[in-house]
Amino acid sequence: MPEFEVFVGAKHPQTPQIRGLFIFSYVVMEQLWDGIREGLRLFFTGDPILWEIILLSARVSGIALVLSSVLGVPLGALLGLNRFKGRRLVQAIVYTGMGLPPVVVGLAVYILLSQGGILGPLNLAWVPKLFTVPAMIVAQVIIATPMIIGYTMSAVAEVNPDLRLQVRSLGATRLQTTLAVLREARLGVVVAIVGGLGSIISEVGAVMMVGGNIDGSTRVLTTAIMLETRRGNLDLAIGLGIVLLLLSFLINFGVTQLQGKGK
Amino acid sequence: MMEPIYQLSNLQKIYEGRTVVDIEHLEIEPGEILAVVGPSGAGKSSLLRMLNFLEYPDNGELRYQSKPVTPNLPIEVRRQVTTVFQHPALLHDSVENNIRYGLKLRGQSDSTDQVHSVLERMGLVALRKAQARTLSGGEAQRVALARAMVLRPAVLLMDEPTANLDPYNVGLIEEVARQINQEMRTTIILVTHNVFQARRLSSRVALMLNGRIIEIAPTHSFFENPTDPRTRAFVQGEMIY
Ligand SMILES: Nc1ncnc2c1ncn2[C@@H]1O[C@H](COP(=O)(O)OP(=O)(O)OP(=O)(O)O)[C@@H](O)[C@H]1O
Ligand SMILES: [Mg+2]
Repeated sequence: MPEFEVFVGAKHPQTPQIRGLFIFSYVVMEQLWDGIREGLRLFFTGDPILWEIILLSARVSGIALVLSSVLGVPLGALLGLNRFKGRRLVQAIVYTGMGLPPVVVGLAVYILLSQGGILGPLNLAWVPKLFTVPAMIVAQVIIATPMIIGYTMSAVAEVNPDLRLQVRSLGATRLQTTLAVLREARLGVVVAIVGGLGSIISEVGAVMMVGGNIDGSTRVLTTAIMLETRRGNLDLAIGLGIVLLLLSFLINFGVTQLQGKGK
Repeated sequence: MMEPIYQLSNLQKIYEGRTVVDIEHLEIEPGEILAVVGPSGAGKSSLLRMLNFLEYPDNGELRYQSKPVTPNLPIEVRRQVTTVFQHPALLHDSVENNIRYGLKLRGQSDSTDQVHSVLERMGLVALRKAQARTLSGGEAQRVALARAMVLRPAVLLMDEPTANLDPYNVGLIEEVARQINQEMRTTIILVTHNVFQARRLSSRVALMLNGRIIEIAPTHSFFENPTDPRTRAFVQGEMIY
């Protein structure tokens, strides 16, 4: 690349290190463009490896999301609507759970499930094995549930307390009152669920530890990106990255749209 | 003589150590319109919440249809009483669905005719598809009354239902309240700051002060021959708040 050398050399008489950096970033830029082109091609031509990873990611995160919503929305409603002893303590635990480093969750699930761990040696039928899809789902549920509880809790607490009184006065049972409040807070609940999805689809530490990134069985978008980058397959990594970005964007765009509608 | 629909004896409600309702004895007759008047903070709304079984007395007893009211009151009994609050809390839904809501809670799915008839009665037909949050204050309060009356309650509690409304809406709501009372024999307990409204609508008036009922009498004698000096002051408009 003689022109490049001349250009850099002429304008900036830097040290060799800085010159090296320029050359390096030029190379990276070129690889990046190649990677994006290749990534888009893989995506749109339906590259089987790429699509297998996308579909597995969707399956793992989808199941994890359903489970954590089924757990998180009712618990969040319960905590947001009822005064009871120890409520603050439980809330503090939920908020801590929302900030759990995924790697720590991964470690905990690892210790729980590994053969040398707590539940692993018992060989119970319902305890998932390490390095399987169910193990990854367990980790993701632990990450997403506190988020869904926390967001549902605040969405429900924001509903006008007069409305609860009014609904009960119209003859609602306890359950019907809770459902009415959840319905009023529906935008907030959807945001809670979508936020939970955002947190697990882009998470890498925990699924790496308990899934093991096994080709064709536990390799998901995030772990595949790590691996392909390390292998130097930047084009595939970038293709996967684009898909992940696109998913994240769609999720967040959906959330902001909904939040806008609620105003 | 019919038995009273409510009987209160030595009933107290205490918030944070403060007794805000303190009623030694009160009986409410089925089918009457009782107006409850009194200054702000007298405990009127707190009393209504107990009469609607939304809260329970801390001391003494409240009986509804001769049975003591407890938190385990069956839902069918609870559903005989409903409140129209001062600020109508409507659901984020259409006018029609707001009115249908109480019927749906009771598992009545085919309620089109009932809903339509109260829409007409309250002058809301044109607004039936409108979203509740787009309504004016008067329209919203008409929806609140409509969704209460469609339930044909045995007791209708009204907590300052016409405060801050224009004369048209005040007139309409008063007229409908009177009709509900006459046609369905609904017992109405009306909390109001408006002495004229109490006079126009009620058969009896009670004056509440610091949680206590100072005087309770048929409307005519309450206004013409009050026995308590505080009632006299109130009637003569000296207790303006
Ligand atoms: N949930 C509550 N917790 C604590 N204090 C309360 C509660 N509800 C009412 N109070 C207090 O009880 C007293 C009576 O209130 P209430 O709302 O029954 O009065 P009111 O007669 O309806 O007044 P207004 O005419 O202003 O509506 C007030 O001093 C109020 O601050
Ligand atoms: Mg009040």
